[in-house]
Order: sequence, then C-alpha cells, then structure tokens
Amino acid sequence: MATAAEPRKTRIGLGKRQLLVAVTALLFMVDLVLIFQYAPTASEALGTQMQRIFYFHVPSAIVGMISFGVSAFASVMYLIKRTRNWDRIAWASAEAGTIIFTIAIATGALWAKPVWQTWWVWDANGTLTFMLWLVFIGYLITRAYAPTVERGARWAAVVSIFGAAAVPFVYMAADWWAGLHTERVTGPGASGSLETAMSYTLQFSLVTFLFLFAVLVAERSTQRDVEERVEALRREVA
Amino acid sequence: MSNYLRGAMAIYAKDIRLEARTKETVSAVFAFAIIISFIFGFAFDPRPSVVAIVGPGIVWVAYVFTGILGMNRTFALERDRGTLEGLLLAPVGREAVYAGKLLSTATIMIFVEALLFPVFLVLFDLNLFNIWFALIALAATIGFATVGTLFSAIAAHTRAREILLPLLFLPIVLPIIIGAVTSTGAAIDGDGWDGVGKWLQFILAFDAVFLVLSSWAFDFVLEE
Repeated sequence: MATAAEPRKTRIGLGKRQLLVAVTALLFMVDLVLIFQYAPTASEALGTQMQRIFYFHVPSAIVGMISFGVSAFASVMYLIKRTRNWDRIAWASAEAGTIIFTIAIATGALWAKPVWQTWWVWDANGTLTFMLWLVFIGYLITRAYAPTVERGARWAAVVSIFGAAAVPFVYMAADWWAGLHTERVTGPGASGSLETAMSYTLQFSLVTFLFLFAVLVAERSTQRDVEERVEALRREVA
Repeated sequence: MSNYLRGAMAIYAKDIRLEARTKETVSAVFAFAIIISFIFGFAFDPRPSVVAIVGPGIVWVAYVFTGILGMNRTFALERDRGTLEGLLLAPVGREAVYAGKLLSTATIMIFVEALLFPVFLVLFDLNLFNIWFALIALAATIGFATVGTLFSAIAAHTRAREILLPLLFLPIVLPIIIGAVTSTGAAIDGDGWDGVGKWLQFILAFDAVFLVLSSWAFDFVLEE
C-alpha cells in the first residue's frame, strides 16, 4: 500500500468529476422532458399516465443488476490483485447499487399497485431484484462490522461473489415457482410490446441511469481514497 | 489428496465426538425447533386442510432457523476457546478444515431434522416419513451447510456474529428454500420423481456450484 508521503501519480481531478455530475444532471432534465412530453400515453392495461414511472423503474432495475455485476467483478479482481482500487470500486458500486435497487423496488411497487392492484408481484425479476438488494445490504453490514478495512474487503468480496453465483439459481427457482402461482408480467415472455417512441425514451433513460451510477461510483471511490489518505496521515502524525 | 481426506475426517471426528459428549448444540437446537413448531400451531390454524397448504413452509422455516442457530456455533465455539488458531496451524490445507467443518455441521443438522419428523407428525399430522422428502432434506441441508459454514467463519470474527450470519446466509440459499418448500409439497402429495425430480436436480446443482466456490473462498475468509 502507498504511504501518505508519496505524491499522487494519478487522480480523478475535481474538474472531471464535476463535469460528470453536470452531464448527469442535464441528462436527467432531458429524460424528464422525454418521459412527460415525448413518450406517448400508454394503454389502459398498462395504467395510462401511471405507466410513465416505467421509464425510471426498468432502467433502475437494469442498472442495479449492472452495479451488482461490476461489484462482483471488482471483488474477483480485488481477491486476485489485492489493490485498494479494485476494492474501492466494488464497495462504491455496492453502495450505488443499493440506492438504485431501492429506486427500482419503490417505483415497481408504485406502478404495480394501480395496474395489478398489488404492491408486489412475486415474479422472477422482482424476486431477483429483492434478493440482490438484500445481498448488498449484507455486503455493507459485513464491511461495517469487520474489525479492519482489509478483512472487511476480503469478506465482502466473498459475499458479492456468492451473490453473483446465486443469480441464475434464484432466477430459475423463482421463475419455476412463480409459474405455479402467478402469471408472468415482466421479462421474457411477458405480453405487450413498446411503441418506438416509448422504446427511445426507455433507452435514453437507461443511459441516464448509467451516468447516475458512474457519478455515484466516482464520488464514493474518490471519497474513500481521500478517507484512507487522511487515515494514513493521521497514523503518521500519531 | 489422502492428506486432505485424513485432515477433513480428523476434524469431522473431533467435532462429532465433542457433540456426542456435550450434546450442547443438538439439545439446544432441538428444543428451539420444537418451540418454533409449537408457535406455528397458533400462528396458523392447524386443521388438516390448512396444514396441507402451509405444512412444507412450517417444516422448512423450522429447519432453516435451527440450522442458522447450529451453524452460528460452528466457528464461534472454536473462536471462543481460542482453538481456531490451532485448527488453522494444523498441517492440513484450509480446504480440509472447511470440508471437516461442513461435514460436521451437516451431520448435526440432519440429525436434528430427523428428530423433528415425529414432532411434525404429532403436532400437525404431517407425515414426513417419505423417501423423497428424505432426499430433498439431505440435498438441501448439504447446500445450507455449504454456504452456512463459510459465512459462519466470517460472522464469528465480527462483533455482530448472531445477526450477520442470517443476513448473509438467507438471501444466498433462497433458491434452496424455494426448491425445498415446493418439492416437499409434491413429496407429501405422493408425486414421486415427477414432482420432486426437477427440484432435486436443481438443489444438487446448487450444492455442487457452491461447494467448489466455498472451498476456494474459505482461504480468503480465514487469511490473517
């Protein structure tokens, strides 16, 4: 590990991060205009105006899954390379993913209530999202309770990798199980297709949420980097 | 390889001998399972028509909760007595320590699960003496012990050990719980391989994947 006295070789400058935040903010504004002005009103079956929450719900669910993938990949890389950088990325994406999954779950419930008369649909996508959200919570609590950062990093990496390995099993089990209980309403095999304008809006929204994820990861990993430097300096002084 | 097997069997024999002499885990966990089952009698109306629906759920909630209680002790005991260092310094690989602990945890869990068969029969008139249910329980318990042994090693080293294990363990074993509950219903209905086979294969696949993964990850967990 680098000591505090060493000069920094590379860093994400304040300017670049501010630019990323500004671009993301702009994307969100355009996204809202697209969602409320450009995208056509959906059919009665999808909840007419209510359906617009879909442009936040689906992208946040997809980006949540991506954040889990990034966290698990960075965890594998951390266990192999043991560099702080990979751990910081894994940690930051777990935190960002927790928030983004929370958005996905909340918007899903808000949309499901008027359309299907229920807050929660027990299908494979919902189950997987909820399960990964719980794994992320476990990941963050493991880090919080670990005696040292280094051990927390190793343990949390294992948690993240186990979560990723369980993904196909959870999806299959929930899908088979749901086949016995409820009709599939989301994911492959679901009925209904998107109009072109809806599809464009969805894609734009997905890009917007990817930027949100990038902003959160960049901010948090930089913060951790600074925290660790401050900690190293404090130890040097003491 | 033979060193691996001998090491694993030595640790397994030690744990089982310890349990056979003290009976601490089995007795406490069994008592806890009876209490859970008893409470369920009031949580649900224990009429046969209701038990036919919620029975498998009762069985697996009791099994999972008692399993967690038992698994919490797997490494907590070693750590409290300061014998974990000794175990790690033993001239066998970490995989052997993991395999030994996994086997002893699974054995104790299966023993308690079998003890509960008559309890469910008496309290809920739920007949689990069924070869298909026994196979499901065996496969599912091996899966629980595989994941649980690893997470118990993590939890035992933290300040929040009793809370952390279920938090980490339950989301990961969710597929087993779904499979075990669903196929238990089929087994009790007498569906045989047609109802149980798919889930049994599914649970065994889960066991295989996580057995390999846990053996690999165990080294990272216990590294000082």
